[in-house]
Amino acid sequence: MNVGKAFNWPGWIAFALVLLIWEFGSRNNPALQPYLPPVSRIFSSLGELILSGRIVSHLMITLSRFLQSYLFAASIAVILGTVLGYFRLAHNLFEAVIEFLRPMPSVAIIPVAVLLLGISDAMIIAVTVYASLWPVLINTIDGVRHLERTLIDTGRTFGLNRRKILWLVVLPAAAPYIITGLRISLSIALILVTTAEMIAGSKGLGFFILDEERSMNSGNMYAGVILVSALGYLLNRLFVLGEGWAMNWRRGMLAREAL
Amino acid sequence: MRESKLNGLLFFLGLLIVWELLAQGGLINPLIVPPLSRIFRVFSDLVWSGQIPLQVAASMKRAAAGYVMAALVFIPLGILMGLSQTVYRLFEVIVEMLRPVPPPVMIPVAMLFFGLEDEMKIFVIFFSCAWPILLNTLDGARHVDRVLLNTARTFGLSQWRIIWNVILPAASPQIVTGLKVSLPITLILVVISEMVGSTDGIGYFILDSQRRFRVAQMYAGMLTLAILGYTLNQLFNLLYKLVMPWHVGLMRMKDGA
Amino acid sequence: MPLLEIQNLAKTYRQMGGETTVAIGEISCKVETGEFVSFVGPSGCGKTTLLMSIAGLIAPSAGQVVIHGKEVSGPPPNLVLVFQDFNKSLFAWRSVLGNVRFGLEARGNHSREGDGKARSLIDLVGLKGFENHYPWELSGGMQQRVAIARALAYEPEVLLMDEPFGSLDALTRLELEDTLLQLWEELGTTILFITHDIEEAIYLSDRILLLSQRPSRIIEQLPINFSRPRNQMLTRAQPGFMEIRNRIYQRIHNESALS
Repeated sequence: MNVGKAFNWPGWIAFALVLLIWEFGSRNNPALQPYLPPVSRIFSSLGELILSGRIVSHLMITLSRFLQSYLFAASIAVILGTVLGYFRLAHNLFEAVIEFLRPMPSVAIIPVAVLLLGISDAMIIAVTVYASLWPVLINTIDGVRHLERTLIDTGRTFGLNRRKILWLVVLPAAAPYIITGLRISLSIALILVTTAEMIAGSKGLGFFILDEERSMNSGNMYAGVILVSALGYLLNRLFVLGEGWAMNWRRGMLAREAL
Repeated sequence: MRESKLNGLLFFLGLLIVWELLAQGGLINPLIVPPLSRIFRVFSDLVWSGQIPLQVAASMKRAAAGYVMAALVFIPLGILMGLSQTVYRLFEVIVEMLRPVPPPVMIPVAMLFFGLEDEMKIFVIFFSCAWPILLNTLDGARHVDRVLLNTARTFGLSQWRIIWNVILPAASPQIVTGLKVSLPITLILVVISEMVGSTDGIGYFILDSQRRFRVAQMYAGMLTLAILGYTLNQLFNLLYKLVMPWHVGLMRMKDGA
Repeated sequence: MPLLEIQNLAKTYRQMGGETTVAIGEISCKVETGEFVSFVGPSGCGKTTLLMSIAGLIAPSAGQVVIHGKEVSGPPPNLVLVFQDFNKSLFAWRSVLGNVRFGLEARGNHSREGDGKARSLIDLVGLKGFENHYPWELSGGMQQRVAIARALAYEPEVLLMDEPFGSLDALTRLELEDTLLQLWEELGTTILFITHDIEEAIYLSDRILLLSQRPSRIIEQLPINFSRPRNQMLTRAQPGFMEIRNRIYQRIHNESALS
């Protein structure tokens, strides 16, 4: 999305203008304030919450659930996806099951999870793992299945056995697809954790935001929204950085293709 | 090929049968995972009694409103941003600031303004569909082939007619992608927003069933959701083939090449 | 005993609709150690199928390939196939050096000195200085050279080449023909070469086998006795050269007309 590296003055000015209108519109309209407090107040709330540590504990809880779920889901999904993509028999067997479960939104699992696991960390992690599995699984299966026949034949003509072909040829070749899936899952995992916390939680940023809304503490609520968005943004940036480092060999290829 | 699909289906059916037997036999707690037969019975009861259709209608009403509104607002905006560097730069920072907000997090915000009313859900869906629709439309508009544009210009078309007759159709595949991606997002968010704050709708129904320990009903709701997801997708594809048959052929040709 | 013998090889493909395609009708021939043999035939005559069968990548419907007296079933350990689609065969995630090293690793050589061997091979194919480049950064001709270097790093007794220069421009093709001959003379590898370029076949080979249209069989064998080392200008200027070329052209033309 980078159209020219010049600093986007008009954009930032437009943004600042919006903030200013918000700030003064809010200040001059006491009736509006419970719904849309002045920007300054939101940031001071944020500052307070961080300093008092109150929101930090919620943040840590959400982050911990997120990391556990994401890493666990990613590992299972890559392994499962590779197996399903590589072994035609396994794929045929499970294809119907996958096609049936796919259209069902993962959030529908939340009530079942609550039934089974009550309102607990385990429930939130279980739900998030389930939801985060799908993008990685589907993308991994896709990447492995659609490998060029010639690549695999190359491995075979060099006398590699199935296991070595998997390690040395299949996985590196499918890596771009897998990584796309991992990136999508990143957002999904964060969304699910916060959602589960909202629907059936007692801690975490999702719960915090909803709770503050119920208490009509809009300043705190918005502060929470900003924090969770910042978290999501940071995670995404970190991922893209890691991806760039790992997929060094691809960067040039993509740049060429983009032309 | 056919044989393998058959194997998959048989395997799937096999799993369902195992489920049924385990639940009937009490090996899985039927209070948590009831037999499939009971779920199907409850499901059909609820469908015939009109309960499920009612809830689905309530959800779909909101979903449609939010989805359509998002399309009406963000497709034009996307085209403008795609065509004009100025407009793009103006909005770029604002868009990038709002993008990282996880959509469900907007639910409490919307609740602040709209309570538990339909408007709350509509707003959430509107917000969530914004980015896929906007960004895809933008991309499509921006990447309209120069040659196409120059052809239009050489025929002396005015700027408005160029947009309507050339840019919109040329960008339509991308626009459709954005709309297609927004479909599951819409469904997911209508369900979430109903689970968090609603008095009806399929999301509410599923959660409420769980809270009242009407477990078979809960599963029936989930089944409804799966069917809904599948149906919406098929409907979309159907509409797409009807409205843009030329594109289907184009894509097939591109893939073949 | 000949190094390699093809005995009554036949291959029939069954399509999805139930119809069958007889790719190879019946092919038998012998190849001695160190020979450079080319197969020439009209398009679609099953040349690739033949090579893939010899390489053990597809199973014949009838007949067998015997190498060193042993029947081939699966990729034989002392043979490597260089694919026509080099850009689908090279490993995009490995550098030039990495790709060539793969040939060594496939042989079980993971040692330090392997590095030196790889580098000398890269030099031999004329890519010195490009060791750390990635395939996408190279031209078609260079990519194919990497593929050849990688195959040679495996130190095969038999090298199979499926129209390796087919997608390259004429000048690059001539260059690579000479590079290949140099390598062949230095290493003494037995080469089975497929091409649709008649003159290329004559230029390179000791012997040419003409294939008919599908279902293919060998319609003629021509020994090529021009002196070695061959020279792009001198050898091609020899009176016998055009004679053979016209002869082959005539036969293939007749074959195509028959179908």
